[in-house]
Parts: sequence; C-alpha cells; structure tokens
Amino acid sequence: MDYDLATIWAFIIAFAVFVYVVMDGFDLGLGILFPLFRQKRDRDVIMNSVAPVWDGNETWLVLGGGGLFAAFPLAYAVLMPALYTPIIAMLLGLVFRGVAFEFRWRSQRERNRWDMAFFGGSLIATMAQGVALGALLQGIAVEGRGYAGGWWDWLTPFSVLTGLALVTGYAMLGATWLVMKTTGELRDEAYRLSRWLLLAMLVAIIAVSAATPFLSYDYSERWFAWPNVLATAQVPLAVAIVTALLLRALAQRRDYQPFLLTLCLFALSYAGLGISIWPYVVPRSITIWQAAAPENSQLFMLVGVAILVPIILAYTAWAYWVFRGKVDPDSGYH
Amino acid sequence: MFETLDPVVLARLQFAFTVSFHIIFPAFSIGLASYLAVLEALWLWTGREVFINLFNYWMKIFAIAFGMGVVSGIVMSYQFGTNWSVFSDKTGPVLGPLMAYEVLTAFFLEAGFLGVMLFGLKRVGPKLHFVATLMVAIGTLMSAFWILSANSWMHTPAGYAVNADGQFIATDWWKLIFNPSFPYRLAHMVLAAYLTTSLVVGAVGAYHLLKNPRQPGARMMFSMAMWLLMIVAPIQIFAGDLHGLNTLEHQPAKVMAMEGHYQSHPDGAPFILFGLPDQDAAVVRYALEIPKLSSLILKHSLDAPLAGLDTVPREDWPPVPITFWSFRIMVGLGLLMAALGFLGLWVRWRGRLYDSRPTHRFALAMGPAGFVAVLAGWVTTETGRQPFTVFGLLRTVDSVSPLAAPAVAWSLIAFVIVYFAVFIAGTVYILRLMAHPPHHGEEGPRGETPSRAAGITPAPAISTRRFG
Repeated sequence: MDYDLATIWAFIIAFAVFVYVVMDGFDLGLGILFPLFRQKRDRDVIMNSVAPVWDGNETWLVLGGGGLFAAFPLAYAVLMPALYTPIIAMLLGLVFRGVAFEFRWRSQRERNRWDMAFFGGSLIATMAQGVALGALLQGIAVEGRGYAGGWWDWLTPFSVLTGLALVTGYAMLGATWLVMKTTGELRDEAYRLSRWLLLAMLVAIIAVSAATPFLSYDYSERWFAWPNVLATAQVPLAVAIVTALLLRALAQRRDYQPFLLTLCLFALSYAGLGISIWPYVVPRSITIWQAAAPENSQLFMLVGVAILVPIILAYTAWAYWVFRGKVDPDSGYH
Repeated sequence: MFETLDPVVLARLQFAFTVSFHIIFPAFSIGLASYLAVLEALWLWTGREVFINLFNYWMKIFAIAFGMGVVSGIVMSYQFGTNWSVFSDKTGPVLGPLMAYEVLTAFFLEAGFLGVMLFGLKRVGPKLHFVATLMVAIGTLMSAFWILSANSWMHTPAGYAVNADGQFIATDWWKLIFNPSFPYRLAHMVLAAYLTTSLVVGAVGAYHLLKNPRQPGARMMFSMAMWLLMIVAPIQIFAGDLHGLNTLEHQPAKVMAMEGHYQSHPDGAPFILFGLPDQDAAVVRYALEIPKLSSLILKHSLDAPLAGLDTVPREDWPPVPITFWSFRIMVGLGLLMAALGFLGLWVRWRGRLYDSRPTHRFALAMGPAGFVAVLAGWVTTETGRQPFTVFGLLRTVDSVSPLAAPAVAWSLIAFVIVYFAVFIAGTVYILRLMAHPPHHGEEGPRGETPSRAAGITPAPAISTRRFG
C-alpha cells in the first residue's frame, strides 16, 4: 500500500509540475519575447491574451511545491535549501512579472518600466527554473535528513545549459501562443519568431540530452542499456516526428497546431526527464519511498485531489473557453 | 561580510518581513471580495446604478491588491522549505495536507474565476458573472480557513503523534484541523479582515464626502462601511475576548507576556495599562496599573489568582516587550473602531451622516487602522508563541534550515528591496484610484470603449474624460 501511494503521489506532483510548465510556460515565454515587440499596441494585445488566465496558470506552481511539501516532506526539506538561490531568484522574478499585469495599465509614464519588469521577471524566473532543474538532475548532496552541499553547488555549466534550454522552450511556447491568439502583422512576426525558436529549442533539447547521460552512471545505464534502449529510443524518434509536423504546420500557417505540437515536444522532453530521474525524488540520494509522508497523510490528500482536481480542470477549461479566440486589438475581446 | 550574523535571527527576520507584507493583502482582499459580492448582488437585485459603479470602482482596486497578495503568497509557500527546512521535514505530514487543501479549494477557485470576474462581465452575462464574483469571495474565505487551521495547529497542536523520524503524523484529522484555538483564531481573523476593509471603504467614502457631500457613490460607501463597523467591531471585541480566554487555557505564557505579568498574583492580578517591560530584570518599569482588572478580564473574578512567568522555565519565555506592546496597539485600535462605529450610528440618528465633518475626518484617519491592528495582532500571537514554532514541541532554533548566514542575508536584502519597490508602487496606484470618486458609468478593469481595448483604463484618462 505504501509503495502504491508514493507512486501515485509522484505522478500527481509530476502532473502538477507539468501542467504548470505547460500553462505558465507560455505566459513566461510572452514576457521573454516582450522586448522584440516595440509597439505599445502589440504589447497590449500580448498582455490581454493572458491577463484573464495567468493567475490560474501560476497556481499550479503552488500545487507542485505544496504537494511536494505535503507528500514528500523530506524531499522538500532537502531540495529547497539545496536550490536556495535559484528558488529565491525565481520568486523575486515572479513578483516583478506578476504585478506588471496590473501596474502597466496604471500610468502612461511608468509603463515602460513595468514592461521591463515583465520581461526581466519572466526571464529570471524561467532561467531560475531551468537552472534548478539542471541542479536537480546533476544530483544533490545529502547527509542524514538534510542538505549537505555548498551554496554554489547549483551553478555548473550543465545547469546553465538547462536554464538556457528552458528559456528557448518557453519562448517557443510564447511565440506559438501568439500565432494562435493574434492576427495581422503581430501573427506574421510570431510565425517568423517560431521558426527560429524551434531551431533553438531543438539545439537545446539535443544539447541537454547529450549532456545528461554523462552526469552519472545511472542515467546512461537507463537510456542505453539493452533492452532499455528499445523503449527509450522511442523518445528521440517521437521528437523527430513532432518536429517534422511542427515545421509543416508553420509552413502551412495552421494557427492552432504549432502551439499544440510545441506542447507535445515539452511532454516528450518531460517524459525523458522522468525516465532519467525515476524513482528518485532527490536524484541518487532519496527515492520517493524514502521521502514519502506517512500513509494517512498521503491518503487524506488523495481524496481531495481525486475530487477537486477534475473540478479545477473543468472550471479552468471554462475560463479559457470564455476568453477563447483571437484577441482583437480594436475591441478587446469579441 | 555576514558570517558573524546568526542565521536563525536572519531567517526569522526574513520570515517576519515577508509574512508581514503578505498578511496586509489577504486582510484587505478577504473583506473586499465579500464586499464586491454584496455590491453585485445588490445591483442584480435592485438594478440601481450606484451599486455597479461602486462594484467596478472597487474591483479595480481589488485587482491590484489581489495581484500583490498572490505574488507575495507564492513567496510564503516556498519559504517554509528554503528557510525552515527542518520544520518542513517534521511538520510536513500534518501541515502539508492542510496547505495542499488550501491550494485545491481556495487558490484555484480564486484564480480560476478571477479572470472572468475582472474581464468577463460582457462575455458571460451578469448572472454567471455574479457566480464568478461569489466564487472568488468564497475562495478567499476558504483560504483563511485552511491557513488559520495550519497556523492554529502550530499554537495548539492536537490530533498528532510523533514517528521514529521525529515527524509529526496525524492520528485524527478532525481534531488536527479543528484544533482547540482554531475556531477563535478563524473568527478573529475573518472579522479583522472585514473591519479592515470597512475602514478603508469608509475612509475613501469620507474623503470624497469631505470634498462633496452629495457624491452618491461616496454616500453609499460611507453608509455601508459605518453599518458594518457598528455591528462588527463589538462582535470582534467579544470574539477577541473569547480568543484570549482560549489562549490563557492553552498558551498561558503568551497571555502572561501580553499582560506583562512576570510575577504571579495569588490574590487578584492588576491590569497594566502602560509600562516598559524589562525582560532581563523580569519587571515592568513605570507601570500604570488598575488593580484586580486583569483577574476580572481573564478569570471573570476580582480575586482570582493569576500565575506569572515566574512559573514558566526561563528558556520558554516569549519576548515580553514586543508581545506586550503589540497587544496594546491592537486593543486600542479595536476600541477606536467600535467608537467610530457608534459615532456613525449617532450621527446617522441625528440625520447628519453625510455632513458631519468631524466624523468624516475621524473615519479618514482610521482608514489604515485595520492594517495596523492586523499586523499588531499577528505580532502578538506569533511572538507570543516563541521560542517555539510548534508550541511546546518544536523550538524555533531547531526548525531552521542548515543555512549559511550570507545566503540568508543576501536574500533578505533582495526581498526588502524588491518588496519596497513593488508594493510601494502598488500602494501608490491604489491611492491614485481612490483619489477619484466613483462616478456615473464607472468602467471595470476592461473598459468597453474600443480605444482602450487595452484593458484596464488608466486613471488619468477617466478624469479627463469625465471631469475635464
């Protein structure tokens, strides 16, 4: 029973984090792309395309963190100090970009400043998330029930690489979101950006994939050992197929497909990550079973998740539905 | 350069700073969300334009306050792990689920319906829009429910056991959630949020009445705020008293600190009105006392014996001066709030609610009182729990992360700079919105006029168009 619950919770938290990446990813991406759009009108449309939903998007980050705290308190207690600097940087970045949604409408004079805050906050938060991911993958020093490494362990060439990779990935999500939600010159520009960002994202995926197996014996064993390779080889294959589809969708200007296909790329990369890490929650130190909260805690929350998450997904979908369609720069939403 | 500093002190400073900033916004948005729901309900019911104007007016302010509450709240949710990792490891199995339920039942509800509430009136129609407003209001209350349950458990732990790893585990969720101090704490906090909001609404109404006593929106705001204050402030004093008695039962040392009772009083304790508690000498200097009153308040008997901190081991003493003074600030402001409420009733009875300038000036001055009282109350209860994080069970010094002082010091500095920059800007924007009275045809955060499809109408544009 213990084992099943911990596994279930590992999937729930992985799901929450993935939903976060999918949902906040594109609006962080919009922030990263912000300086490329100089016209006030374009920037207003970009902001309007996510203003009604960004808050809900970000809540999944709280569920991911809160879920970890509740279901795997030991992992939370080890990871947060280990990733102290990137997490604090992420939080401060999110503060800046979060308030920019409201503040930039409040003053003509100060709008540029909050536009910069939106860009800077989004970039820092994204970079910090990517760096944290890299730091997690490369392993964390643990002694007893606490973090035992130094305060700069998180900063390595690999973690910088994963940080940059996430920046390109979120930017690609943002660009394809714009393709989906806008019209006219703004959409043309978004198409142009999407092609370049797809290239950058592929380079990033390949670079991270190539570097990961060299981090430790575990990862390469898992990816390349026979017969594992029969299963794991499907991931790069699927990436190639999705990329081909994406290129076609961009060429044929099918407004909705690029965003959805980019999400597929994220899902595949995420699955690859899962293959590497499983069943550790703190790679190579603490497994999900070691970190699991007592059964009655996990069970108590499972009831809530089973009932509430479908409801949450339903009203979130409804909120997206209410604000569906292209953002019309001339009349707000139609 | 920070190696000489104590990381525990720095971590506590950081937590106190971020939580103090954060608490201001929920205290405001819990009350404001309910107020918005009431305004929209009244609009749907009566069809009177003044209600929808007020609704749109306060919704713009709500949007800013809520945004600041969200971003500062995300910081809080991660701070347990970054700065208090041992606490997280040990209490995660009991507090984690409560916070997870907060996210599931409250945060998602608020965030999911917020967009529709702010921008969706024309898209979903008034009835469905009212549902969205109601959901946001319910979400803020649910959030208060769970977070105060978790907080109360840290004051009056119940329904738990300790496992081999030193973690708290639940033995009875019902007892754990509805722990002994929870009902009092929840009532006290929600009432405080309502008072805080009504003081702000009342102050804005008063400000505009002072400029123009005929302003219809200002009249309605002021009138509603005075009603609420008159009814809720006395209830709050009553609830606070019950909460105090509950604290005396479960955390006597905290009450001793609030009252400044270093010594036991076997035959009736005095109430110290003012004084300077001296923690080292364990006396209150220059005390101005009312004999027997403390016993009367706490035991409802003049001669009831009252124990002092001399019955508590010295290493378990809370810091008396902070608790003593923050408690007095809270109670003093609470009494002023009740006074304002009754003054409002009096001038209303005399038919001078809208032109009694002294009342309006008093209400204006009391505008920030709710925030100060909430902060003071928070300081009283949290400082009074020291030196424990989980009262009597887990010490603060044993809760902290294996932190390096420089890391905490730098992040503290970063938080201070960012918070002041961001939240002062937000406060300025809110005050700018409040500087204009609600007017005929007040627009919501997304105006209907095509020229400003961009969304939230800039305040200067309103003034030039409507009043220029």
